Amino acid sequence: MTLNRRDFLKVSGAGAAVALTGCATQSASTAAKGNPHVVIVGAGFGGATCAKYLKQWGPNIDVTLIEPNDKFVSCPISNWVLGGIKTMDDITHGYDNLPKRGIKMVKDYVVGVDTAQRMVKLKGGSSIAYDRLVLAPGIEVLTDTVKGFKDAEAAGKVVHAWKAGEQTALLRKQLEAMPDGGVFVMSVPTAPYRCPPGPYERACMVANYFKKAKPKSKIILLDGNPDIASKKGLFMNAWNTYYPGMIEYRPNNAPFAVDGTKMIVSTEFDDVKGDVLNVVPRQRAGEVCAMAGARNDSNGVWCTVNLATFESTTVPNVHVIGDSVLSNLPKSGHMATNHAKVCAAAIVELLAGRQPDPIPVVANTCYSATSDTTSGYVANVFRFEAGKGYVSAPEGGATAKGDELNFAYNESWAQNIWAEVLG
Amino acid sequence: MTIKTIALSLAASAGFGLAGVASAADLHTQAISATCMSCHGPGGKSLGAIPSINGLDKDYFVKQMKDFKSGARQGTIMKRHAYGYTDAEFEAMGAYFATLK
Repeated sequence: MTLNRRDFLKVSGAGAAVALTGCATQSASTAAKGNPHVVIVGAGFGGATCAKYLKQWGPNIDVTLIEPNDKFVSCPISNWVLGGIKTMDDITHGYDNLPKRGIKMVKDYVVGVDTAQRMVKLKGGSSIAYDRLVLAPGIEVLTDTVKGFKDAEAAGKVVHAWKAGEQTALLRKQLEAMPDGGVFVMSVPTAPYRCPPGPYERACMVANYFKKAKPKSKIILLDGNPDIASKKGLFMNAWNTYYPGMIEYRPNNAPFAVDGTKMIVSTEFDDVKGDVLNVVPRQRAGEVCAMAGARNDSNGVWCTVNLATFESTTVPNVHVIGDSVLSNLPKSGHMATNHAKVCAAAIVELLAGRQPDPIPVVANTCYSATSDTTSGYVANVFRFEAGKGYVSAPEGGATAKGDELNFAYNESWAQNIWAEVLG
Repeated sequence: MTIKTIALSLAASAGFGLAGVASAADLHTQAISATCMSCHGPGGKSLGAIPSINGLDKDYFVKQMKDFKSGARQGTIMKRHAYGYTDAEFEAMGAYFATLK
């Protein structure tokens, strides 16, 4: 019989006490196989960045990155594909460089997490042991919350396209096939949701396409929120300046049902008919977080973490980064890369038995295109303060108007962050 | 001395991040410098319109950050970022980026 980690800690008789100092992990792993092992689930903006920086800052750490998809498809810039100014190829990137950094890539789905034994179970049948686990699954879209959505989605009639990929390509095809004079109906989920400015940028990109290709068309934006949730000035300016009369904005209009045959979205006020329907349901932390017992906020929707280390507040040795985290930080790809860096630094220190940085810093930079030549941004730096969490530094905020220079920076930002995450 | 700088020097005096890292820069400096790289590219080397910041002279880097913060240098987004860091961090980041080629 081999001594598993739980038995090891029992034998050592001090599991709980040493775990607080971070030494338990090191001694257990050293006893087992030499190098400490970090397993990361999800190779998006957060997970891939965390893997890269763990190897950079902790060369002695073995890093395994589990990802079911062959390619990385970027949500940022996917609205530009819908607007016809970028292609699916532009936002699709390979994982070829990550193994060159010493990261072990495993293409599989996680089907279970045993946090007591520190084991991740894979769909393929194997299990992987970890010293620390990082969950970076992104969002799970709550398709059940809009009646009829699942059937309409399965039939290929209505998509959310809130995870970039096949649905992005399908929505673009639907927009291309729509006749001039048609109506595009899009819904915005109630906050918090992935990418707060995303729905309003999408409206801009589709409007930019309609203006050029089918100028009699209309856009109806059904917003579950009481007002534009992000960069309001920037988007209002763009809608009034570039697309006057094209975009009808209806706040407090969360859809409860969609009919993909009659092509109707229903809110408590209206049945709204459209030629292309894009319903974006509410979201929660990815399913793997629930498997680990980390989807632990009061509604069982998001994950609460120690924001200085991104370790779950309820499950030791399990960290959660990116959109799945409940915090005051915006759910953006850029922010996920910043979670990843703070988390990687903390794990390096914890595995070495040292104190993690007590004052980590994260920054968010989020560009949104308002036309095919203009963009604006929102930017904030957040500094961690004990007892307070992340506090926004002064002078953070958004531009009131898009321009060409920021469009150039928007494109450059995308190239650079993709290189930062995957290069 | 602010609470933040006290905390920073306490962290530094405790030897935070100094061991087991290839670079001479401490891990707090490397981690906050990494926040720059999500826009400026890996290692501060940009692929496009956003300027590269790798290999800049340290004093030049520090002056630009202070000028963005004060408004002496006009930019698009950098004032908002410059406000997020202390003068001591500008110095540490400047020294770190100067070593990146």
